[in-house]
Amino acid sequence: MDSKILQAQLLELIRRTSSRLPGDVVRSIEKGWRKEKKGSTAKYALKVVLDNIAMARDKSQPLCQDTGTIICYADLPAWCDEPTFKKAYERAVVQATKKGYLRQNSVDSITGKNSGNNLGPGNPAFHLHQTRARTLTVRMMLKGGGCENVGAQYTVPDTRIGAGRDLAGVRKCILDAVHQAQGKGCGPGILGVCIGGDRGAGYLASKEEFFREIDDANDDPRLARMERQIVKEANSLGIGPMGFGGSTTLLGCKITHRNRVPASFFVSVSYMCWAFRRDGFKLSEGGKITSWLYE
Amino acid sequence: MLLEAPFTEAKIRALEVGQMVEISGLVYTGRDAVHKYLHDGGKPPVNLINSIVYHCGPVVVQERGKWVVKAAGPTTSIREEPYQGPLMEQYKIRGVIGKGGMGPKTLEYCRKVGSVYFHAIGGAAQVLAEKVVAVEGVHMLEEFGSPEAIWEFRVERFPVVVTMDSHGRSLHEDVQAVSQAALDRLV
Ligand code: SF4
Repeated sequence: MDSKILQAQLLELIRRTSSRLPGDVVRSIEKGWRKEKKGSTAKYALKVVLDNIAMARDKSQPLCQDTGTIICYADLPAWCDEPTFKKAYERAVVQATKKGYLRQNSVDSITGKNSGNNLGPGNPAFHLHQTRARTLTVRMMLKGGGCENVGAQYTVPDTRIGAGRDLAGVRKCILDAVHQAQGKGCGPGILGVCIGGDRGAGYLASKEEFFREIDDANDDPRLARMERQIVKEANSLGIGPMGFGGSTTLLGCKITHRNRVPASFFVSVSYMCWAFRRDGFKLSEGGKITSWLYE
Repeated sequence: MLLEAPFTEAKIRALEVGQMVEISGLVYTGRDAVHKYLHDGGKPPVNLINSIVYHCGPVVVQERGKWVVKAAGPTTSIREEPYQGPLMEQYKIRGVIGKGGMGPKTLEYCRKVGSVYFHAIGGAAQVLAEKVVAVEGVHMLEEFGSPEAIWEFRVERFPVVVTMDSHGRSLHEDVQAVSQAALDRLV
């Protein structure tokens, strides 16, 4: 495929991701808004959030000024090799930054200098895999910094919160993470959780859960039950949107698991703010978007 | 209720936790780099007396020679906790707009100085950008980069909630206590 076309389609993907929330997310925020009490700061906050979602979509502008860490997953067919894809995506990122779809968000950790174009070591974050399929599948998310800061990794047993090495202990970790976060991650939030793995794999897998839709159910009935229970319990804590108080604290909770070595047991919790920007598409070799992955 | 410039101590002392307020007047953005710079003794390029500082790293672009604000929501305030109180006192900063709230040190300075914390709606970049009716200047753009620079924003009816007042009360502490009690009942 012509790399210019690939770049243009990737730019469109970035624009859409930055300015438009997927339908499942919007619906769950609306549901929260309907539930909150009239005249409360919680309802007021969710109203501003909903107005903001509509305005960003109509104006093709970033939903939030923090356009986050750019995380890109792609399944590459034979006709698109890794260097070609990376180059096209990076160019699209630079262009998106110039157009204001993305904020200048990549800072050198040693010197503190902003690269100005969102490129730099680890930026954007690529996770590329080969596929035997004919189409190119690209998924991306923009993961905000404020919500990233309230993520947490627990080592069980954890004596502070009395969490052991079983699902009951995992539940305590997750609820503790919600409580610690309060409103600081721009709640209402969505949790991605990984039980097990090493530290790196655990956090990575916890983030990959954000590619699931809010209203889907886990294939594993034990985890499906736990996901529902966590949302219900978290919403009874009274933290509410922005931590103003209220009943809309969590919109969803997605849990996965990885095997671990006998010596370690980590529970990794990633927190996503209400500005839950994910999108993706399938692209044919001719450069046509054959489908969008989210509504 | 509406809060209009000048932001005098009397007006600020009248505010209480839980109030939904709309701010009109000039506010200065400032985040990590600015707070560290001022705290290290750097000279402020703007007059901070009776000012409101906004913890915000906006997306601003130049269109036909003019600055246009594309996104302007709040950033996490707690990172400025070590600096905020002393800076409030030194420059009589009357209000801070941000998100996530601040800690006991800032709360104590709010009481002492006559200052409040306004919680903006985190992530509401578009709604809030629309309330910025003019960009009146920018400072330290070269040194700190666009998100970290000091932007002079003229705002009109900028929506916030008072979550820390000058009477020693913090909504964040209240919610923390309520949710802790609820959590203890659950686990
Ligand atoms: S946590 Fe999310 S909504 Fe809040 S400022 Fe960051 S990216 Fe925006």
